[in-house]
Amino acid sequence: MGVNRREFLKIAGISTLFGLGGKAAIEVLAPGELEARTEALPLTEGKRWAMVVDAHKMDDALMDKCIEACHREHNVPDLGNPKEEIKWLWKEDYHHSFPGQQHEWIAEDIKHKNFLLMCNHCTNPPCCRVCPTQATWQREDGIVMMDQHRCIGCRFCMAACPFGARSFNWGDPRRVMTVEKLKELNPNFPTNRDYPTRSKGVVEKCTFCTERLAKGQIPACVEAANAVKEGAMFFGDLSDPDSEVRGVLKKHYTIRRKPELGSGPNLFFIV
Amino acid sequence: MYDGGKIIVGLIIGVGLLLSPFIYNAGTAAKAPDPELTPKAKEAKVCVKSKAYMTANHFSLLDVWRHTVVRDGERYFKAEDGKIYYKSLQVTCMDCHSNKSKFCDQCHDYLNIDPYCWDCHIEPEEK
Amino acid sequence: MLDRALKGTGGYWGWLIFLLALMGIGFGCWLYQFHEGLRITGMSRDVSWGFYIAQFTYLVGVAASGVMVVLPYYLHDYKAFGRITILGEFLAIAAVLMCLLFIFVDLGNPVRIMNVIMYPTPNSILFWDMVVLNGYLLLNILIGWNVLSAERKGVHYPKWVVPLIYISIPWAFSIHTVTAFLYAGLPGRHYWLTAIMAARFLSSAFCSGPALLILLCLIVRRVTNFDPGKEQIRTLAGIVTYAMLLNVFFFFLEVFTVFYSQIPSHMESFKFLFLGLEGHGRLAPWMWTAAGFAFLSLILLVIPATRRKEDILAVACISVIIATWIDKGMGLVIGGFTPNPFERVFPYWPTTPEILITIGVWATGFFVLTVLYKIAVSIKEEVAA
Repeated sequence: MGVNRREFLKIAGISTLFGLGGKAAIEVLAPGELEARTEALPLTEGKRWAMVVDAHKMDDALMDKCIEACHREHNVPDLGNPKEEIKWLWKEDYHHSFPGQQHEWIAEDIKHKNFLLMCNHCTNPPCCRVCPTQATWQREDGIVMMDQHRCIGCRFCMAACPFGARSFNWGDPRRVMTVEKLKELNPNFPTNRDYPTRSKGVVEKCTFCTERLAKGQIPACVEAANAVKEGAMFFGDLSDPDSEVRGVLKKHYTIRRKPELGSGPNLFFIV
Repeated sequence: MYDGGKIIVGLIIGVGLLLSPFIYNAGTAAKAPDPELTPKAKEAKVCVKSKAYMTANHFSLLDVWRHTVVRDGERYFKAEDGKIYYKSLQVTCMDCHSNKSKFCDQCHDYLNIDPYCWDCHIEPEEK
Repeated sequence: MLDRALKGTGGYWGWLIFLLALMGIGFGCWLYQFHEGLRITGMSRDVSWGFYIAQFTYLVGVAASGVMVVLPYYLHDYKAFGRITILGEFLAIAAVLMCLLFIFVDLGNPVRIMNVIMYPTPNSILFWDMVVLNGYLLLNILIGWNVLSAERKGVHYPKWVVPLIYISIPWAFSIHTVTAFLYAGLPGRHYWLTAIMAARFLSSAFCSGPALLILLCLIVRRVTNFDPGKEQIRTLAGIVTYAMLLNVFFFFLEVFTVFYSQIPSHMESFKFLFLGLEGHGRLAPWMWTAAGFAFLSLILLVIPATRRKEDILAVACISVIIATWIDKGMGLVIGGFTPNPFERVFPYWPTTPEILITIGVWATGFFVLTVLYKIAVSIKEEVAA
């Protein structure tokens, strides 16, 4: 007769695993039926998007407008403290933007200048190299993109980024709508109802406004800068020899943050 | 059987716990879902895909959409009738179905489904 | 064999219930963290990894140290260690389990943890860490369980276990090398960007793990009828000594490279840890304490007279554990993030919920360790009888 208790339990356990596994296998192996219907309508054709900021034409007021445009466009909350702040675009002084370049006898105008910083969309990005789920990756047009659907919040990309360009949602960003102190800082949150917020537990950063590029629009910060002053910011395709950014780079000496690390930043500063 | 007393008592407690939700809700019935279309949706007549398909598979469509939009950069969808839609839950879908509580939530609440889409994607403001 | 864990003295059950209480508190705090997000910890935009990842790093070392018992026995026929390989393997299981738990509690989106398996990413070291840690866990469970089971039945373990044992030896080295690679390949973190990171990790693993194993053996001898053996503990002590010497030597190698080259970005983290930087120096007393205990442990270990006296050896082992834990479990991660990429100092200190969750995970590991050791020791006692 029989199966003793031990064998029975073993069989039951393995059958359950097979049952669950079998169902999963069927779902994974069944072909998708939607792919045939959707069609790609490519709108961005750049190969290596880059940005140039003219530090001489930039001033604090203009930078604030750019930051406001970016954070408004993308529902970036103001959390009121540097510990958990989220910033896609921000100002930093010369010393802290370019620590390797700092010395005691810097030219006066640079010494007291702030610089507009954001993700550099590096050509050889260490953050993409380390992400275990490809929640951040480099697109064919060079933009380092984020997929917040996939991010598990491990923050390895934040450790890998040499530029401190990434922010993590330590809590639910939507709490700025309910917590008293934060409501004052974020009166109209969400500021853009056509763009999602994020949820707690995911990393976010500047994406060179991919959703705007897809519609043929330039990034929000560049648009905001151009509305006030021509030539403060440029955005374009480095692989196109006739592009404006190529012209600007040829004409002016530019620096980048930490170039010696080899990540190939695509954010240039005219100094 | 050995330890028969303990087993019987244990069985009664276990089965009781298992059946407790049904006992608790006995005699009441949840209201059947009654999704309503907005005037804009009624006027549009067609969705991105057929009603039958959407009822059964809208979540799969949204899953493919979010993958192709975010990861492949393909933001536009061509429906069977040739019409082009911008692939976006909160901009396109909710533009017609802006009455979330009277449409989406009807079935979702009945089936106790809580899609986490709305953690990030902004729900339309309802009057 | 699991039933052996269900029969025990009052002390045994008291210890387990105490651990369960700590696990319960930790779990409750974790639910709070799951609800509120990681903002309840001390981590910030600048110090984005903290206590949890530091504990994980320390425990990978402890897990790898099982190989220090397995290698001499299986590769060099050092028969004495046959008595305690199971203790090393079970310690490895408990340690790897804690590693996985610490990673889990550190995730911002733990419900998506399967993404690491669903979207394999060979260029990501974290992917490989997942592979090697789970592989090592599986290896130790299969090997430990089957060897112990065979011992209970009085037969030789089945032949298929042998290749697994041989694989587990380089695999143990790999788990800590891969974990070191998490840190050593990041271009922007100068405290970590050093080739010696993996070597330092391994050397500190091979002193802290066996030191813990010695302490566990002494406890097992005290509370059970199984004596792991005087010779075994002596040999382990020798291993701890050499590994600790290497560990401290490697540290001085780092100090030389950093301070002789005088490159500011490389020196800053060391200065922050040992002297404080920009007014933030909360870690300095801890680091000097670690140095003190390291020094003490070396004296007690190197001198044969003190190393061979088991109660002094216990003090030496505790010193090794304190020193290595502060170095890896506190200094390593915080030091890597400080100063931040903008050369600013943002202080980090774990919050109370963070500490309680940490204690909860440690308690879980010790719970599993206690249960496994109870099984192993019971069987050894039976076989001896």
